[in-house]
Amino acid sequence: MTAAVLAVQGAFAEHEQKLDELGINHIELRERADLDRDFDALILPGGESTVQGKLLRELGMFDALKDRIQHGLPVLATCAGMILLAESIENDDRQYFATLPVTVRRNAYGRQLGSFFTEAEYDGLGKVPQTYIRAPFVTNVSDGVEVLSEVDGHITAVRYKNQTALAFHPELSGDLRIYRDFLRQGQDSSQFHL
Amino acid sequence: MAWNKENNRYELNKNLAQMLKGGVIMDVTTPEQAKIAEDAGACAVMALERIPADIRAAGGVARMSDPKMIKGIQEAVSVPVMAKCRIGHFVEAQILEAIDIDYIDESEVLSPADDVYHIDKTRFKVPFVCGAKDLGEALRRIAEGASMIRTKGEPGTGDVVQAVSHMRKVNSGISRLVSLRGDELYEAAKELQVPYDLVEYVHVNGKLPVVNFAAGGVATPADAALMMQLGAEGVFVGSGIFKSGNPAKRAAAIVKAVTNYQDPDMIAELSEDLGEAMVGINEEEIKLLMAERGK
Repeated sequence: MTAAVLAVQGAFAEHEQKLDELGINHIELRERADLDRDFDALILPGGESTVQGKLLRELGMFDALKDRIQHGLPVLATCAGMILLAESIENDDRQYFATLPVTVRRNAYGRQLGSFFTEAEYDGLGKVPQTYIRAPFVTNVSDGVEVLSEVDGHITAVRYKNQTALAFHPELSGDLRIYRDFLRQGQDSSQFHL
Repeated sequence: MAWNKENNRYELNKNLAQMLKGGVIMDVTTPEQAKIAEDAGACAVMALERIPADIRAAGGVARMSDPKMIKGIQEAVSVPVMAKCRIGHFVEAQILEAIDIDYIDESEVLSPADDVYHIDKTRFKVPFVCGAKDLGEALRRIAEGASMIRTKGEPGTGDVVQAVSHMRKVNSGISRLVSLRGDELYEAAKELQVPYDLVEYVHVNGKLPVVNFAAGGVATPADAALMMQLGAEGVFVGSGIFKSGNPAKRAAAIVKAVTNYQDPDMIAELSEDLGEAMVGINEEEIKLLMAERGK
């Protein structure tokens, strides 16, 4: 299988390194022509959602990617990626893919002095290391959205059909379990009946 | 609390720089400029009272900006806000930390407050970025606690030559350390005037332990792509945007050039009709070399 990593801005190289460790072939999405290549899963990395969202549109990738996500392409979104997927953003009138029926709060822990590291339970995996950098969290979920992790009463990881969204950064830890869990879906995307 | 908020602070600060990679950090002097920069795709903004070109023109002592002005910019945008303090001025840094700044630039653009010592950045929770002309400077700043490095370049000139030179020097310094035998690293640490463990890190990993951006003289999409092709992980643009004819358009073009720095067709298209670039001054025409401040 091949995973595509959105590479318009942010910490995409860190995700690619994890894919290398797992022996998963990967490509970068930087412009419209990159979408013509074959891929079975998508990773939306951390970075600035305002920048990524703008570049997705202006580089002509937005509509095609949204369509593929709606039609079952497995997607793993971290931090800014979670904001790109969210149906609504509590403290911002911007909206991006809006394919994930949750509400998120941007910069929910404040500025950089609010960034932190913790270990928390993650559905089916036990405790996983979690790094939060000017992170969002989820403030509301619709029916059908599974909550995968919570920290101090705030939802920080969710899954909805083919979409997994994390407020933290698995690419910054040495733990590959979340990737393995996600890539199992990519290897059998037919499991999604939408 | 389920976690200790102060643990791994340095790691968290390096991590924020990782999130800025592939992006453009823009100098802004007002909340309006900050909005223009954010809308154009800035991944962070640098709040300062005067951009480097105007600091050059005005002369005199350049200091940290008014905290009220910085707060106005923090309220105007959602991207990280950075601000500059003078080299060695740890009280200016304490003030910036007190107003919850996302990153402090201990910067040679301002007048140095200490002609010997840089700030001991390990004493702060807030992250620091520092300028460097070569590998020795970069590693000395990292030893003092900087969690991000940028080239010094020559700020406020619109002339990219110094940024190019500094990026090449850092990279050739790294290549040299990689090529050394293990038993030669002690002597290299002595020559570079840096701690052995940092020399060993570079020898083993072939890169700096923190993110490295280009800064100082970037004025066009081509300049930005040049720095990226030379190995920068992102770009600071200071005077180049708001000293140009059409700041919003130029800023957006530079952002796209940084993402697609290896696509000449796209950069050609981006470079059309940008209006006037900042006039710029050549390095040999200027009296004040900011890059010589703080070594």
